[in-house]
Amino acid sequence: MTDPARDAPTSKARGYSVRTLPGFAIVALFTFVVLYAPIMILVTYSFNAGTSLAIWEGFSLRWYQRAIANEQVQDAALRSLYLATVAASVGTVAATMAALATTRIRRFPGRTMIYALVNQPLMVPEIVTAVALLIVFAAVKVWTGHTSMIYLIVAHTAFCVPFAYLPIRARLETMDTSLEAAAADLYASRWQVFRRVTLPLMWPGIVAGLLLAFVISLDDVVITEFVKSAGQDTLPTYMLGQLRRVVTPEINAISTAILVAGAILVSLFFMLTMRKR
Amino acid sequence: MKYLLSAASALALLATGAAAQELNIYNWGNYTNPKLIEKFEAETGIKVTVTDFDSNDTALAKVKAGGHGFDIVVPTHTYVPIWINEGLLLESRPDQMENFKNMDPAWVDVKWDPGRRYTVPWQWGTTGVVVNTKYYDGDINTSAIFLDPPEELAGKINVVPEMSDVMSLAILYHGGEPCTGDKDVLKKVRDTLVEAKKSWLGMDYGNIEKFAKEDLWAGVNWNGSSFRMRLQNDNIAYGYPREGYPVWMDVVAVLKDAQNVDEAKAFQNFIMEPENAALISEFARYANGIAGSEEFMPEDMKNAPEIVIPEELRSVGVFNETCPPDVQSIYTRIWTDLQK
Amino acid sequence: MTDTSPPFAPGDLEAEAARQDNRRRWLLSLPALIIIVCAATGPLLVMVVYSFLAPGDYGNVKWEFSTDGWVGIFLQRDIFDDTLMWADAHLSIFWRSLSLSLITTVTTLIFGVPTAWFIATQPPGRREFWLFLITVPFWTNLLVRTIAIQELLRAEGVFNNILISIGVIDTPIQLMFTNFAIAFGMTYVYLPLMVLPVYAAVDKLDFRLVEAAHDLYAGRWTAFRRVILPLIKPGIIAGSILVFIPSLGAYVTPRVLGGGKNLMFGNLIELQFGAGRNWPLGAALSLMLMAAVMVSLIWYVRVTSREQADD
Repeated sequence: MTDPARDAPTSKARGYSVRTLPGFAIVALFTFVVLYAPIMILVTYSFNAGTSLAIWEGFSLRWYQRAIANEQVQDAALRSLYLATVAASVGTVAATMAALATTRIRRFPGRTMIYALVNQPLMVPEIVTAVALLIVFAAVKVWTGHTSMIYLIVAHTAFCVPFAYLPIRARLETMDTSLEAAAADLYASRWQVFRRVTLPLMWPGIVAGLLLAFVISLDDVVITEFVKSAGQDTLPTYMLGQLRRVVTPEINAISTAILVAGAILVSLFFMLTMRKR
Repeated sequence: MKYLLSAASALALLATGAAAQELNIYNWGNYTNPKLIEKFEAETGIKVTVTDFDSNDTALAKVKAGGHGFDIVVPTHTYVPIWINEGLLLESRPDQMENFKNMDPAWVDVKWDPGRRYTVPWQWGTTGVVVNTKYYDGDINTSAIFLDPPEELAGKINVVPEMSDVMSLAILYHGGEPCTGDKDVLKKVRDTLVEAKKSWLGMDYGNIEKFAKEDLWAGVNWNGSSFRMRLQNDNIAYGYPREGYPVWMDVVAVLKDAQNVDEAKAFQNFIMEPENAALISEFARYANGIAGSEEFMPEDMKNAPEIVIPEELRSVGVFNETCPPDVQSIYTRIWTDLQK
Repeated sequence: MTDTSPPFAPGDLEAEAARQDNRRRWLLSLPALIIIVCAATGPLLVMVVYSFLAPGDYGNVKWEFSTDGWVGIFLQRDIFDDTLMWADAHLSIFWRSLSLSLITTVTTLIFGVPTAWFIATQPPGRREFWLFLITVPFWTNLLVRTIAIQELLRAEGVFNNILISIGVIDTPIQLMFTNFAIAFGMTYVYLPLMVLPVYAAVDKLDFRLVEAAHDLYAGRWTAFRRVILPLIKPGIIAGSILVFIPSLGAYVTPRVLGGGKNLMFGNLIELQFGAGRNWPLGAALSLMLMAAVMVSLIWYVRVTSREQADD
């Protein structure tokens, strides 16, 4: 890390808010612009009349029509969303509990072990977990004759946990315990303390963890490819097979539709919460 | 007619007392024409589910592990002997099916499935070189395009990252046979590849746009994809290396642990009908091995130089084989060295 | 913060309370542990077994004991003259992945921390909106997104056009299939993994402490370095872990954007499970990687918990 402190002004009469750091807003806005540039391209080409993702041949809705007519790709998109929602929610709840258990204490027997276990899914390349899961789950599938989505849900939940755990833990780690102690002193029950004090305080961490887990599950391809049974393609596995052949803007159309659906959903959510406030 | 057919199949259902008929197909991604499936469903009343795979190895590992629920798989011919030896395929006897008469005789007695007791052709193609003739007007029917690149093309070459295809092209270039274990040939192959790689820009799939927009000027590619490139950019030409080039075929087979064997056999028979085989080709743009399907194909495919191999170069096409394990491990090492 | 007793166990009988507390902590962790043991760590034991077997002829394994997988990580026989030598290909591939991960972590820090700071200092109601904006691009599909990124980098792509129009360059420069392309793509893909944890830490930052620092004649940067940075450190560390470790095994992005000429460690492992048909070597390589990462993580936990105790 560089040391910008040396030539920093040390004037006491500051005419600025401590919340702004010079340059940070510019970097942030630049980041947002760069983040959205490819998305603009992606959305644009979903309206391409040609079959290419990079050669513009005029405006048309043909890929939306194709997507509407293609049941396989619709099913895959819905399945992806369903899977990501369930896995991210369950994973975040489990991660929140684990984070509560492993922070804000000096040490307890097994703490390091829990930490290492929770983060284990991060540490091996996906292909290895995928092959291992294939072997174990296939045996279970043969044994029980049961091939529902539960295998995919469990597999996704497992790798969602560390992605949700780390932001939540980061939040908790330096969260002040004095408020909770005060509440407890005022004879609040343990549950009341949690519900009224701890949970609201850690909420931003939970939201961050949930969003992260959701996105990670939505994008997963290798583990899904190895765990899925017949008729369980998700959007990424549907796409993966196209890597060697030809990718058409149909997938841009689907992606755009998901973006729009997500945007509507979240705006609704914000409007509702705003009203409540 | 359709109505009658579905009524008939409904009756058949009643007669056998079976539940709704189903068929689970496990195929390469974006490879199955939805129209083909719709037609099959309408004619037979069987509900089809297509699931995708992305590589032969994934498909093999998954089916071998069991509990997958698939009835039909579409592997590449090189893998068929493995599938058969591992006891994963059902001897569904396509050679006794009604539409077998339509199969092009050239494709009946193939080495990987003599007499066609297991498999039915899906599509076949070649791996050759592709060149943008605006930048290079020399001979393109040679592997030297990527193994000893002309100066004009150096730095703008892309090679598909497909180990068996690239190794075969390089071995054939040095006069060896695919799957050779001959160390002298392999040493030349490695040295040539390592040296040639310096003038490659990438080893990547999915380059139709990059070739069409002339970010890439030459490379190793499959014929169907080169065909799509030419439709986007007239300067692009596909070459069949005269030193030898690999030919491959993806084939439809029924799995031994299939739940819906009759439906799967019905599908094998169905796609040997020329009109239906043409539907397969129309979608993914490769030839299919069923005689008489040409007349149902889209106009632009009938005489495409990427699909119809020139007479004088037909004989140097070679089928890739399943390499023995020890040879395969040497190839993997060369491949790793190449990309280290 | 010497008082680290959690709110759940206010008690005086210390030993008994501590024991109860431990039990409660284990119970709380249980759901997460069960899921992970069932669907990640447990199945991985299969890989431990596999790494000590011989490769099957066509993928999978043969049930014969063999240490070739482990030895093969470091030593190989030359293909042509059969001499035993270092597996330098594996080492150089590992080194490439390691340096790429480091670069990715640094660039996501450079862009992620200011972004997280920006979001966290927005008025309360709007923060979720900006957070959402960070994740929206990732609702699209990885592959089309990568293709779109490549569109930016092409010879006649957006980047080159901008650079030419503002007069930095005259002729398009080669960006596609370069290391710059890889670094750009990796930063793009892993950015939310940095932004979200850092946000979670900045959001709860007590700005009175920063004010106090300023009152004590600290400049902005001194305050940032001496007060803010230590306070948001857990978030930065969490973000760095989330970026660094997965990018060690990443291969789709480097392969597509870098043109795939050079293998990443993830590709090397994937090759063993695919066309290379050497599952034991693949298993050994990945267990190696996991052990290395695990040891450094545990070391990190030890160090940070000592720091906490010292506070």
